[in-house]
Amino acid sequence: MPAASYAIVLSAILFGIGALGFVFKRNIITIFMSIELMLNAVNLSFVAFSRLLHVLDGQVFVFFVIVVAAAEASVGMAIILQVARNRHSLNIERIDLLKL
Amino acid sequence: MGVLENLWIIPALPLLGAALNGIFGRRLNHNTVSAIGVGSTTLAFLTTLAAIWRFSALAPTQIPVVRSFFPWILAGNFRVDFALQMDQLTLIMLLVVTGVGWLIHIYSIGYMAHEGGYYRFFSYLNLFMFFMLLLVLGANYAVMFVGWEGVGLCSYLLIGFFFLKKSASDAGKKAFIVNRVGDFGFLLGLFLMFKTFGTLDIGPVLARAATMPVETAGIGTLTTIALLLFVGAAGKSAQVPLYVWLPDAMEGPTPVSALIHAATMVTAGVYMVARSSVLYVHAPLAMHTVAVVGCFTAFFAATIGLVQTDIKRVLAYSTVSQLGYMFLACGVGAFSAGIFHLMTHAFFKALLFLAAGSVIHAMGGEQDMRNMGGLRGPIRVTFWTMLMATLAISGIPGFSGFFSKDEILWQSFSSPYGHWALWLVGAVTALLTAFYMFRLIFLTFFGAPRYDPHHVHVHESPRSMLGPLTVLAALSVGGGWMAAPALFGGTNHFEHFLEPVFAHAEEVRAQLPPGAPHEMELPLMLVTVFGALAAIFVAWWLYVRRPELPGAMEASLPGPHSLLLHKYYVDELYDAVVVHPAEWISEHVLWKIVDAAGIDGTVNGVAQLSRDLGQWLRQVQSGNGRTYASWLVMGAAAFTLLFLWLGH
Repeated sequence: MPAASYAIVLSAILFGIGALGFVFKRNIITIFMSIELMLNAVNLSFVAFSRLLHVLDGQVFVFFVIVVAAAEASVGMAIILQVARNRHSLNIERIDLLKL
Repeated sequence: MGVLENLWIIPALPLLGAALNGIFGRRLNHNTVSAIGVGSTTLAFLTTLAAIWRFSALAPTQIPVVRSFFPWILAGNFRVDFALQMDQLTLIMLLVVTGVGWLIHIYSIGYMAHEGGYYRFFSYLNLFMFFMLLLVLGANYAVMFVGWEGVGLCSYLLIGFFFLKKSASDAGKKAFIVNRVGDFGFLLGLFLMFKTFGTLDIGPVLARAATMPVETAGIGTLTTIALLLFVGAAGKSAQVPLYVWLPDAMEGPTPVSALIHAATMVTAGVYMVARSSVLYVHAPLAMHTVAVVGCFTAFFAATIGLVQTDIKRVLAYSTVSQLGYMFLACGVGAFSAGIFHLMTHAFFKALLFLAAGSVIHAMGGEQDMRNMGGLRGPIRVTFWTMLMATLAISGIPGFSGFFSKDEILWQSFSSPYGHWALWLVGAVTALLTAFYMFRLIFLTFFGAPRYDPHHVHVHESPRSMLGPLTVLAALSVGGGWMAAPALFGGTNHFEHFLEPVFAHAEEVRAQLPPGAPHEMELPLMLVTVFGALAAIFVAWWLYVRRPELPGAMEASLPGPHSLLLHKYYVDELYDAVVVHPAEWISEHVLWKIVDAAGIDGTVNGVAQLSRDLGQWLRQVQSGNGRTYASWLVMGAAAFTLLFLWLGH
């Protein structure tokens, strides 16, 4: 089994943890971190496939993902900050402003 | 460019006037509106005169002048051009329409001066002129039909001119709907005509019909076409059984009654029958139908006219009756006599209506003759002009109506299509006509005033109204002389003029065994003339000499009197047989079942369904972030599985 396979399996495990945290955690910050975890799991698989297939495209993609993730993190943190100020809570169950 | 090459100018002028007044009239003052309305009609009249001057220089082979301006409908082998034509018959109709129309436009300036919607009135009136001119100028039945429907529309608009009055808007609707019945027949006739001849152009249709055999027995194609066209004519020209709309049409302003419901539009049916004379002479059964219906209508309407008390209603029934005469003439093959009566009738009946309008104007809106009387002195010009018209319609020798009516009665007796019974009914109708018309004159102008002089300030009408009255009075007196020499064995100039149009009809007629000899004409004429004089004397006796007698007679004959007063209960009959069932079906079937349950049900059902569906689906939108997150992950997982499965 080539070394890249281990990286891919790790990536899948990390993605699964991220997805579960995304769904089950109550704290918005934790959910946010789970999203980052999923993104980075994908990054890892990109790099692993890039190495496995000997193409550089995957690694280029990783940079894009990191840039977008950074932008998303800044916007997301700004929203979370405002939510925390207004609702005095970070519990996602109490933030249901999208309801009709 | 000669005016004959550009016949479209004649109808286009009133159309332009209608458009100008209709679009800008609200912002224009009365004088400008009158200038546009009357000016366009004046120009149309002058153009007609110019066209006639050019026409008179044409060789017989160049007549009729047919000009096609552009193809209007092209569908398969069906082709209709926007084409106009001019022949002797068109010429007479053009003169009547533009001439009488012009006088009535002038009269309207004075009559409508104090009414609201002045510009609207002139716009409609000009629009009517446009459609009427299209009707008489059309070189094919399709263009004629456009004019035919258009005048119906204008009639509707003008009857309901005072639309805030319920009776007026109802009368407008009645006129429109009853005319639809007739138009239905007309349209079916046109379909069958196209199926038979492959064209709707008047010239080719009549030329082809002329080569077909005369349908002496049974109902053939030509008979069917002719009868269907006559259904249309009966609707437009108010013949039994479709006459009921015309008396109600008197709700419109009086100039409208004069122009549309006496002089021009209602004669369109007669014009159409005369125009299609070839079809009719090849269908003797249709001829007899036309004659009998016309004769019956003439008598029937005249009897109703005997007891009516509204001055305009008497004239309305008189119009129905006179139209019956015109159809009687056409039905016995005397088409030119019918057209001649159409023309003289246009003069004297327009005059009667305009004079009645002048009386109503003088009385401040009163139309009931029982509240008039003794108006001879205060409104002298109106009285004398109206008397001229009354003498004309009563058939007093020397006046125009005498020549045309005598010709019709003689033809109904002597023509191969005629019958002594037709003559008898026609002659009795002539007596009734003389009686009810002089009853009108005596009730209105003679005897003691029955109005309250303190409340009603009787005044003569303005000059713009009296001018047309005088001109029409001159025409009512002298308009018949062009046919006069026939009495003394000479040439009937009018008939001679129209000869080319009715040449084929005459040819067919000449092959039939001749009717009564010419020597009979004078005795028959004397009978009707003395009868009319006697009827006038009786009217004088009853309404001037012994004014208490009519009341006593009504009291002694309550049955017949109320039968006539209620117009033979025909309106009530139609209400019971047609209107109420139609209303019932509309309400209980079309409204409550088809509309409310069917159409509304479908629309509301669709709305209800999407509502319920939404109510159910909105539960997905809980507003809970974790639920959304779960959906997101499940969706992503589902797509992943899908692609994996597809990848296999």
